[in-house]
Amino acid sequence: MDESEGRPVGRRGFIRDAAVGAAAFAAPGKLMGSQDESHRHSHEHGHDHGHDHDHEHQDVPPDIALRVRALESVLVEKGMVDSAALDEIVDTYENRIGPRNGAEVVARAWVDSAYRERLLADGTAAIGELGHLGGQGEHMKVVANTPEVHNLVVCTLCSCYPWPTLGLPPVWYKSAPFRARAVIEPRAVLSEFGLDVPEDVEVRVWDSTAEIRYLVLPERPAGTEDMTEEELVGIVTRDSMIGVARVETPSGGEPGGDA
Amino acid sequence: MNTIHDMGGMDGFGPIEPEENEPVFHHRWEGRVYALTRAVGPWGRGREWPSFRYTLESIPPVEYLGMSYYERWFRMMTTRLLVSGLISETELATGYPDPGAPRPELLPPSNTGAPGAGLLDLDVTARFGPNDRVRARNLHPRGHTRQPRYVRGRRGTVVEDYGVYALQDTDEDGRRPLDRRPQHVYSVRFEARELWGERAAASDAIYVDLWEDYLEPA
Repeated sequence: MDESEGRPVGRRGFIRDAAVGAAAFAAPGKLMGSQDESHRHSHEHGHDHGHDHDHEHQDVPPDIALRVRALESVLVEKGMVDSAALDEIVDTYENRIGPRNGAEVVARAWVDSAYRERLLADGTAAIGELGHLGGQGEHMKVVANTPEVHNLVVCTLCSCYPWPTLGLPPVWYKSAPFRARAVIEPRAVLSEFGLDVPEDVEVRVWDSTAEIRYLVLPERPAGTEDMTEEELVGIVTRDSMIGVARVETPSGGEPGGDA
Repeated sequence: MNTIHDMGGMDGFGPIEPEENEPVFHHRWEGRVYALTRAVGPWGRGREWPSFRYTLESIPPVEYLGMSYYERWFRMMTTRLLVSGLISETELATGYPDPGAPRPELLPPSNTGAPGAGLLDLDVTARFGPNDRVRARNLHPRGHTRQPRYVRGRRGTVVEDYGVYALQDTDEDGRRPLDRRPQHVYSVRFEARELWGERAAASDAIYVDLWEDYLEPA
């Protein structure tokens, strides 16, 4: 997590730092100039993600954490927000709402053909049967991959994504390369994810420009015929429901498989 | 508005960089920005602050590209709080309320009859239906719009009528029309080559959700 979290910040130090942060906010030119410093700062404090620091989300000025603290503090003191309510929102998306919900929808469709039919005819109603509707997922359209059609979901204008079934989107989904390229060269994009779609398979890209949110129903992999619905939930990935991956047959000798 | 957020079809951004086992929030402040943005929502009522998407899209393009996702949200949220007078620059800088400033009060919505963003149970005549050939109108509004540039002037086919939704477009100050102009939204299929010429595969297609105002018969 953020390197400033572990450090107790004295009230006076907090105010001083926050003021510096706000000065940066008031002078937008500084935002870009401070990126290199941000990188060094992260490394000095032993940032522990174990990744290269090339991702978009890493390129942030070090004082944004203080600017956000200043904002939260003033909104709390003005009686406009309640910190416990903020904790609750964060906890919901960190721990309770995520791609497992979408995986439940997919697994149900794989084992229950009547549910699959309802899901493709009226995604909202069928997902509602499992209780996975809500903000940024009030109106759902489910599109099925078949041997003839491969579906891919994007939001070129913003970052629209079905929160109740997949949680909050990963950084790459919100990034410029994905938003720019998914519509003009979907096959190259899929290839980067390790998915080569044969020429005779149609690629359909769904740009979420309105209030409808999309979920891909991936194909059920071969060799999973004897798996239970619960086991199937465990093999459905987030990426397969965005359309950048297939669901793979689990390795290690599935029952009845020939591995 | 024709600016950098409308990215569909652009080159030059490089490869996509997925992260293994990515956390929901990479820093504590990201989660706070997400939660604060949602929690301050009710304070916009009756204050006519500019729309969420309009405010994000109004970030100048050079800055937009240099900011992380939640930095943009932070800018968007503070802009709305500042322009509606809910906080001052000094408060944002210090983290303390201005001495003697009155506590803000929640206001009733100024436009109580306006429909929300969701599907509306309204009887509105549909101008188009499945299999109709349509052309995306050549619109270039200065406010927020959900019609991406890459479809403008291009022909497609209606595949589904999703029902009636309020238009989310804004004027050049980020405000929506008072009546929200409820109308049908359609899923429109564009053949990939209609949009991208020979660069695209002949078999592929892009499906875009478009409000009726964005379309004309083709």
